[in-house]
Amino acid sequence: MQDIVDKIRSRYDVSEVTEQRENLTFVTVEKDQVVPLLMQMRDQEGFSHFVLLTAVDWIEEGVFQLTYILNHPGKKVDLGIRAHINREHASMESAHHLWQQVATYQRELKEMFGIDFPGSPRVDEEFFLEGWDHTPPMRREFDTKKFSEQTYFPRPGSKSYDPREYMKQKLYCDDYEEEQ
Amino acid sequence: MKKNNSFDQSPDRSKYPENGPDNKPDIDLSSGKYSKVWQGPNHPGVTGNMSLELTLCGDEIVDAKTHVGYLHRGFEKLFERRLYMQVMPTCLRMCVPESDTNEYCFAEAVEELSGIEAPEKAKWLRMLVLEMSRLQMLLRVVPGQGGAFGLGIGVQWGMYVRELVLDLFEELTGGRVYHMYMLPGGVRGDLPEGFRERAQSVMDEVFRFAERIDNVMFTNSVFKKRAIGTGYIDPSWVDQYGIVGPNARAAGYKRDIRKDHPYLRYDQLDWEVPVLENSDVFTRSRIRWMDMQVTASLIGQILEKMPEKGSFKAPTPNALNWRIPKGETYVKAEASRGEFGYYVVSDGSAYPRRIMLRGPSYTHAIALLERLLIRANIADVGAIMVSLQTCPPEIER
Repeated sequence: MQDIVDKIRSRYDVSEVTEQRENLTFVTVEKDQVVPLLMQMRDQEGFSHFVLLTAVDWIEEGVFQLTYILNHPGKKVDLGIRAHINREHASMESAHHLWQQVATYQRELKEMFGIDFPGSPRVDEEFFLEGWDHTPPMRREFDTKKFSEQTYFPRPGSKSYDPREYMKQKLYCDDYEEEQ
Repeated sequence: MKKNNSFDQSPDRSKYPENGPDNKPDIDLSSGKYSKVWQGPNHPGVTGNMSLELTLCGDEIVDAKTHVGYLHRGFEKLFERRLYMQVMPTCLRMCVPESDTNEYCFAEAVEELSGIEAPEKAKWLRMLVLEMSRLQMLLRVVPGQGGAFGLGIGVQWGMYVRELVLDLFEELTGGRVYHMYMLPGGVRGDLPEGFRERAQSVMDEVFRFAERIDNVMFTNSVFKKRAIGTGYIDPSWVDQYGIVGPNARAAGYKRDIRKDHPYLRYDQLDWEVPVLENSDVFTRSRIRWMDMQVTASLIGQILEKMPEKGSFKAPTPNALNWRIPKGETYVKAEASRGEFGYYVVSDGSAYPRRIMLRGPSYTHAIALLERLLIRANIADVGAIMVSLQTCPPEIER
């Protein structure tokens, strides 16, 4: 895997390399280098299997992290490619032309995180949500509890608990009562 | 009397749409040549809810779109405000029919990020549960393929044998469908007394069932007529569409994560990955039938080679204050449908920053199915979906 990381370093601006396991390495590159890197990995290095594309919301830093994972069926290794994009007007170059299933991942990211992939097939069509005009729900600022309370009528007798507090109360009921 | 031999049985394609610049049929609905049919969201071709928007020319499909969103439960969002241990009872519901792969991938990811290793005995017990899970799934799907064509007898037999496997699950874990058996650090309990013998007798029943299903289904002329050549996957599509598991192995690709990226103790088991060619409905069904026997054989080996004694759970921090060091990983396993993985990101707190499930149906049921259905007959839609083993719950997390 080291030889592939060296090749990536020689051609792209790699800001971070994380060797998670013997068969899994993550590299972080600039956002405009992701699609050329994906293409090089697929066509020249043999990472022919596209595993997944997803986003992580680092709201404190004002960025989304996009993670693309590729697999090399011959060398039996996985490569994670990370890039950071600005949360405001989040947009990324589409990679739908490289693998057929990428368009589906991009469509989900558009709906759930509000990250646009201009030119990606059906990217503006509804995917999971229907008639949704709220904040994209996977963004960290979207509060599911608050949304439920505002949108739905509470059933009589139903209670809502903080998961951590409730577990503490159930597991250590004596100590919990003393604390209260 | 003069016999008319001039009847041409090939379909009339004179009204068939030409392909547009994007290589998709150029369909003008106002021409009156086409009709739209919604199949689903509830129908026998699939476990869970998913619908297909089909455009037909006669009884042939000229365009297909998959629509999901009928059972999205927001699990990945929920995980962000659950402690790691509280994720366990929820994550396994991501894929209802094969819940144990979720447990394994999540537990393994948490262990990897926190530097904990499950004891040797736990690894064998996890492997046993994963194979039993695969087996019960295959016992539904293999005869279910015949069921999609109206051959119901195999389904009845399969459900009987599956119940025997669920009995074993109940004995080992206390649950029949959801087990919550694998926790970060190990598993919840050891094998009950006499379990090995009882499990072995169930495996004998599986082999007998495999022989019967071979006689009833794979030699059945109606099944062969309907399944051979239907839903053909070209080998060049495997990487292009992200095809994994039995669907790829039926197209000649020898890929199995248990061999390629050995996890647990799969490297200590003796077995061959089944591979066939011409991935149509028949071949995909056949390869699952082979998988079923391989799995039963693996369960026998696991029970034989598993250490008799030893701890099954490593010590872990208090679940309420368990902070996982900052980092990220992707852990995958071979489910009965192919590559199944969890991408887990920790920010160093007691709550996960992001957990994402990568399920095989995400690609099989959308990009691939939309491609496969073009020029298929509407009567074969359910069978093609079963042959891909689509599971919408893992699409809508």
